[in-house]
Amino acid sequence: MRDNPIFSPWLALAPALTIVLVLLGASLFYAVAESFGVISVIGQSEPSLDAYRNTLDAHSEFWTSLGFSLWISVASTVIAAALALGLAVWLSERRGNIDTLALNWNLAFPHLVWSVALLLLLSQSGLLARWAATLGLISVPADFPVLVRDRFGVGIILSYVSKEIPFLTIIILSVLRSQPVGYDVIAENLGASRWQRLRYVTIPQVMPALLAGALLVFGFIFSSYEVPALLGIGYPRALPVLALRFFLDPDLRARSEGMVVSLIITLLVTAVAIVSLKMGERKE
Amino acid sequence: MKKTKNIFAYLLRFFLYLILVAPLLLFAAYAFSTRWFFPQPFPVEWTSSIFLRAINDSRVLTSMAQGLWIALLVSVISLILSFPAARVLGLRKFRGRQAAWLALFLPTIIPPLAVGMGLNILFLRIGLAGSIFGVALAHIIPTLPYTIFTLSSAFARFDENYEFQALALGASPLQIFIKVTLRLMTPSLVVAVLFAFLISWSQYLLTLLIGGGQIITLPILLFSTASGGNPSSIAALSLLFIAPPVLIIAVTAQSLNQHGVEIREQY
Repeated sequence: MRDNPIFSPWLALAPALTIVLVLLGASLFYAVAESFGVISVIGQSEPSLDAYRNTLDAHSEFWTSLGFSLWISVASTVIAAALALGLAVWLSERRGNIDTLALNWNLAFPHLVWSVALLLLLSQSGLLARWAATLGLISVPADFPVLVRDRFGVGIILSYVSKEIPFLTIIILSVLRSQPVGYDVIAENLGASRWQRLRYVTIPQVMPALLAGALLVFGFIFSSYEVPALLGIGYPRALPVLALRFFLDPDLRARSEGMVVSLIITLLVTAVAIVSLKMGERKE
Repeated sequence: MKKTKNIFAYLLRFFLYLILVAPLLLFAAYAFSTRWFFPQPFPVEWTSSIFLRAINDSRVLTSMAQGLWIALLVSVISLILSFPAARVLGLRKFRGRQAAWLALFLPTIIPPLAVGMGLNILFLRIGLAGSIFGVALAHIIPTLPYTIFTLSSAFARFDENYEFQALALGASPLQIFIKVTLRLMTPSLVVAVLFAFLISWSQYLLTLLIGGGQIITLPILLFSTASGGNPSSIAALSLLFIAPPVLIIAVTAQSLNQHGVEIREQY
């Protein structure tokens, strides 16, 4: 039957593994080839480092974008992690599946739609601006602070923070609720204050899981395109936006630079994911 | 003291739920109103004409049909690919199991941006770019890890003795597969299919890079409208776009308690 020892498990894994490895391998191969300028379209066959040199040039937009991407990723991750910790601790003191359901509900709204909602809510003629005007706080749309499509990525950060809080909260909650012994209760019996319990009992407990989760969130934000493309401005733009604009540039030489940027993003995100995996292992 | 604490708890919980329905209310307000000018805090004139126009627009209809068709294709293919893989990953211990896991999870690490840009050239060469099948094939990459994970954690709780029992009672392999294995796996299969559907339905970058402007799905249309369209049509498109996810999440809320974390990031 299916479990015949002659059939190796690899036979069952083969279809899925083939698809994943062939497609990923091929895309990596073509990405690297194109980053070295070896593109059949313009008939160039000599590999060159031009794209790397242009991208990493000291005056290149790459560095601005790298800084901007790091800023939005780090800020979003840190804020989301802090708020998720607070929410999880608060929820863990209460029972009930209702709240975890509420947290999962977030999945119904893809990042793209979430950003569109923020756009309608926070733009200078958006809903909040209208309410502010009704309350007499502002008189014309231009009085309302620029919260989306702003220079500092406030809209992008708001979008990511509100989307990632539920994810991180679920991670922390699952750690808190899986603790067999009520360490918290013991600490309370021993006279620890609320703050002491949080500082010395809860935070050390959830830290490995929270850090691993936060790194995943960081990697995701650093490499995703839709939110900064929709809620960002022309300059500075996030690295993925820069990569795609270069790649879709009618000038075919720009495509190579797009590939270089994309490869650098991939490299960084992969490194972060490896660190995150290692942390997850140590927790076991 | 206790009472104020309770009020605070209720307020926080109320706020939590408000955030959940707020996007829907916001979209509805914009999609079903007209001549809602700046300082007015709420819509003054309600109308369904904008929404009706959106769902009668041939571009919108085509994009919905294409997105639906791709998502169905992706769900079926990734289920067929995942089922045997998830079975051995969930039930067997073998040398290289860890490596297989890691390889199958690579798509959750490598950004869709990089995958799509690399495949763009390959698919152009072999003629898959701009085709429904090409886009579906690309969508399978981010989908597979999630269907495999869902199914393999179900197989980890699967008791093979049911199959042996059926075998001992003289059932054929096909009968065992349909009447025992599939029957027992149905709940997880449903969840896996829905995940695959959701991930494909809301995929933007891979569709853009592989579809090359010829395959237009709702996310593509929404994105271009949101970059410069009027709020009412943006909101109408958003409502159409989130209708399937909202329905699916509402229906599968219970099983999401187990699997919710796993699909988080893909969109």
